[in-house]
Amino acid sequence: MSAVVATPRPGAAAVLAAALRQFNASRLALAAACLIVRAALLALFAPLIAPQNPYDLAQLNILDGRLPPLSRASDGMLFLLGSDDQGRDLLSAMLYGLRICLLVALLCTVLGAAIGTVAGLLAAYHGGKVDAVLMRIVDIQLSFPAVLVALLLVALLGNGIDKVILAVVVVQWAVYARTVRASALVEREKEYVEAARCLRYPTARIVFGHILPNCLAPLSVVATVKMAGAISIEATLSFLGVGLPITEPSLGLLIANGYQFMLSGKYWLSVFPGLCLIVVIGAINIVGDRLREVFNPREER
Amino acid sequence: MLQALLRRALEGAVVVVLTSLLVFAGIYLLGNPVHVFASPDAPPEVVQQVVLSLGLDRPWHEQYLRFASRALHGDLGVSYVHGQPSLALIFSRLPATLELVVFAMAIAIAVGVPLGLVAGYWPRHWGAQAISSFSVLGISVPAFWIGLMLIIVFALEWRLLPTGGRGETAHVLGIETSLLTLDGLRHLVLPGLTLATLPLAVVIRLIRAGVREQRQMDHVRFARALGIAPWTIVRRYILRNVMVPLVTVMGLLFGTLVAFAVVTETVFAWPGSGKLIIDSIRSADRPVVIAYILFVVVMFMVINALVDVITAWVDPRVRLQ
Repeated sequence: MSAVVATPRPGAAAVLAAALRQFNASRLALAAACLIVRAALLALFAPLIAPQNPYDLAQLNILDGRLPPLSRASDGMLFLLGSDDQGRDLLSAMLYGLRICLLVALLCTVLGAAIGTVAGLLAAYHGGKVDAVLMRIVDIQLSFPAVLVALLLVALLGNGIDKVILAVVVVQWAVYARTVRASALVEREKEYVEAARCLRYPTARIVFGHILPNCLAPLSVVATVKMAGAISIEATLSFLGVGLPITEPSLGLLIANGYQFMLSGKYWLSVFPGLCLIVVIGAINIVGDRLREVFNPREER
Repeated sequence: MLQALLRRALEGAVVVVLTSLLVFAGIYLLGNPVHVFASPDAPPEVVQQVVLSLGLDRPWHEQYLRFASRALHGDLGVSYVHGQPSLALIFSRLPATLELVVFAMAIAIAVGVPLGLVAGYWPRHWGAQAISSFSVLGISVPAFWIGLMLIIVFALEWRLLPTGGRGETAHVLGIETSLLTLDGLRHLVLPGLTLATLPLAVVIRLIRAGVREQRQMDHVRFARALGIAPWTIVRRYILRNVMVPLVTVMGLLFGTLVAFAVVTETVFAWPGSGKLIIDSIRSADRPVVIAYILFVVVMFMVINALVDVITAWVDPRVRLQ
């Protein structure tokens, strides 16, 4: 019989660093992560970076309307990506649109993850009836496509930034709940939980202080993918004209506005906001895929 | 089996009732339906008359029961815009949507399964990597954007295909279809491809993941060690095991496609049920919105039950509970 040797447990920092090294091994994922950071910074500082405030009507000149990319406005300002029908610099409008997109996505992800996590932990820890009922709700909800449910909710609630967020959260919480429950069920049976129970820690401390941290890896994968989903749903709703109102022009709304002019050859009004949207969603999905590979060593690389 | 189906039916009924309650609450509590029939500055007696004629003075549960009993008789109100019963209106637009969905699904399976097999069996080949990248792109790119790009390239630049509409249709067994006329087919190509992108990406990913997993299994490794041709291995030992999840996903995809048809139909002005619902939401045509929501819920409950039955039939290991 071999002697039991106490192996030094790697600290949280070391675990994170190892995961990070593994993540960075994929240059594509690293590039995507950098891109997301850059997009977030652009969105955050949009009012400082944008060549003009696209929603300050005093700065707009209707005579500069529908200019193609790289043309100059009457006051000499360069329209790098062209202008829309009201003489608004498309690049500025896109920066502001990105800001709204990311804000909505972030709020949806945080709220959805919080609600879903609590539901999933409850279901896993209590088991029995609570588990059965919660998971049945989750199953039924996930059998409906997200976009459709969000669309119908918005149809009932009316449009507006808060309603769109509510709709996305209602659609997405179930995914988080299912993921967290699955890993919490595994964690619940482990010895450290038993030890914590023996020490008579309060349930809340065991669940949130001990089980939850060990469910964070799969949760982060799902949150990344669902954040891309939230951006996509919001853009789709806004494109259909039932999402964000005109006062909060997101990328989807910009694309919808450009759509009217596309048939007359002014393609840039839809193409550039769309490209921006795709790059952001694509980058988030790539990071999500990579996170899944890092956290799920079962899959061959 | 029968018991499982009965349980499913009961569960479905509960979901439908809950949805109808939600819809009812949304319609009757959030907005005031009186003003749909009487202008806001109408004299109080007129408003009072409308309230009485609509039964709005009754308690809410009585109103709900009236709503529910009418709904059970297939009466979900008359469209404000079209002046037709809303359910009949939805059914009249449904064939156009189904046409798109079936077309997209056929493309997804016919193209997605072989591509997924290739990407899963030779994961290091550059072609496989290209296929995988495409599948990431396919789930990342919003459907409406693909539609716009296809319109720009094929309809505006090259002028090969029409930008929208359904084109000429032929009547078969009393149903209009675009599948039988050349003009109809030309109109179908772009929206069909737009709608096919998402299921194509999903099928590729599913098959690829399944093949990668199967490839590691002992029975496949032995088959390879015996020198059996890759194509035979794929066909005999891998494909069969990968098909079971495909059946489930196809069922779910069918529903997803009906949902995404809303987007595609709006972009291409395709006169299906999806465009109808968007137009109805925009013009606040409530009876149609209500009818569509209830219709969609019932449809999904039926599809999901069917998927479970088929899965159990294909894979005897799966038991219906």
